[in-house]
Amino acid sequence: MKIMVAIKRVIDYAVKIRVKPDKTGVVTQNVKMSMNPFCEIALEEALRIRESGLASEVVAVTMGPSQCLDTLRTGLAMGADRGIHVESTSALHPLHVAKILRNLVEIEKPSLIILGKQAIDDDCNQTGQMVAGLLNWPQGTFASKVVLDKEKKEVTVDREVDDGIETVQLNLPAVITTDLRLNQPRYATLPNIMKAKSKPIKKFTPQELNVEIKPDLEIVEVTEPPKRKAGVMVSSVDELIHKLKNEAKVI
Amino acid sequence: MATTRMILGAIKKRSFWHSLSSSRHGSTLVVAEHESGAVKPHSLSAVTAAASLGGGNDKSSVSVLLAGSGPSLHQAASHAASSHPSVSQVLVADSERFKSPLAEPWAKLVHLVQQQGSYIHIIAASNSFGKNIMPRAAALLDVSPITDVTGISDSHTFVRPIYAGNALCTVRYMGSNPCILTIRSTSFAVPQKSNNSKAEASISQVDLSNFDEDLNKSRYISQTSQDDERPDLGNARVVITGGRALKNSENFKLIENLAKKLGGAVGATRAAVDAGFVPNDLQVGQTGKIVAPELYMAFGVSGAIQHLAGMRDSKVIVAVNNDADAPIFQVADYGLVGDLFEVIPELLEKLPEKK
Repeated sequence: MKIMVAIKRVIDYAVKIRVKPDKTGVVTQNVKMSMNPFCEIALEEALRIRESGLASEVVAVTMGPSQCLDTLRTGLAMGADRGIHVESTSALHPLHVAKILRNLVEIEKPSLIILGKQAIDDDCNQTGQMVAGLLNWPQGTFASKVVLDKEKKEVTVDREVDDGIETVQLNLPAVITTDLRLNQPRYATLPNIMKAKSKPIKKFTPQELNVEIKPDLEIVEVTEPPKRKAGVMVSSVDELIHKLKNEAKVI
Repeated sequence: MATTRMILGAIKKRSFWHSLSSSRHGSTLVVAEHESGAVKPHSLSAVTAAASLGGGNDKSSVSVLLAGSGPSLHQAASHAASSHPSVSQVLVADSERFKSPLAEPWAKLVHLVQQQGSYIHIIAASNSFGKNIMPRAAALLDVSPITDVTGISDSHTFVRPIYAGNALCTVRYMGSNPCILTIRSTSFAVPQKSNNSKAEASISQVDLSNFDEDLNKSRYISQTSQDDERPDLGNARVVITGGRALKNSENFKLIENLAKKLGGAVGATRAAVDAGFVPNDLQVGQTGKIVAPELYMAFGVSGAIQHLAGMRDSKVIVAVNNDADAPIFQVADYGLVGDLFEVIPELLEKLPEKK
């Protein structure tokens, strides 16, 4: 059984982002980039499934300009068997990513696609659901636990939802998106980083995959959120209660 | 000849608009959830957002879609029909298929209703239901959805947070109908019910005869039940949050007692949930719940970017932490450097009883 994992290169989660003065976006020059944390979790889950003997191959896919190869190499260093780089310099929205993944599925024929639930840059939380819709595969989103039953060809997914944990059972092939508590991703060890250099990476362009990048969304501007008024420090509980009652009038 | 063509053109245009306005009630479809015979508050926020799309003119009437089965569905339909003056139609999809919130049948339902109604906008709240279903429905309709919208600039221009709310992105939708949105309910307050009785909207059944029977690819197994006693974190007026400094789940009782005293809901940081002090549905943050209460009190919370993303729109923020350098103090309106294990008992003692 083959598992496909989509991984995205984003600004590192610890970086304090700055909005560009011309409002066209966020400063990415000289800023640390990393694999999206949810994608790390997705890849980790695929690797564990393979290590438990339930899958034979994990293919990592990334899309974007050539710098994405860094992220793909990290994925290979973590343990993915092969990589696919879909090269594009245009902005790719989730709908495009989903269409590209759907067409890759026709070539690779995986039984499971695992993605992070959202990218921490655009915070969209759309791609996994869209791929599943295009493929007409069942989806298990915001997964906090994944249990595969290879014989029955189904996967049981615990999902983190508003009211707690929801459990669904999906027939394979299926799409899963990962939430934070699914697992703790491994670090790539030095020997694996070396090994990764010789793992194969197949290259495609969106055109080769019959996907036209025709955006239906336009970014008008990117701005800073409204700043909060500076607060004050209080020195006692009495002072706090007094201010909450008389100044803020919330109690 | 030119004149005839112009006249024919004008006649065609008029009949086009005429048929457009008579073929359906509303130009906006709200995909709503219901519980215990009423439309859920998040979905009412979606109705508020839908109503604002037309810029206040009557042409933007709203259709509300409800699905499921049984008497509570029909009660909810009545509730929806009188929930907002802009609602002109309630559509009810009555089938066991929609009893559980599985994405596969629901996305197909939205697709079917869109084919029947040709809406210009389709809106749902961006709670876990909306997030799960709407992007899938958008893919079926071959459009890019715009999710977690916090502001509507015009009928096709929206504002949404990115980078954990550290930037706001204004996005224009340039595609064909429908424009699919999910909205953040904390940004669209439900107006107080006015006393003017308005004509109730019509309630009609969705024609499911062409609904493709899927071969049971997904099954809903179970759901942990939420504590009904606690106010809902998503719309509580007061939220009291504890971080990992609470040290264990036993100590979280302090947070719960303070919440009870103030009539509020209990929240938690990711660290507290990861450590097992409280269940996941209490997590406030970029990937947990987004809250915007009147009063948010954070005890033993350092104030990581990802946590702030979930509560930065609160009206008043109070932070109590032993560490004077904790980032939370930069967003707090009132900060107190101290030991929460002393501060909370003192607060419990000195706070006035909730009226």
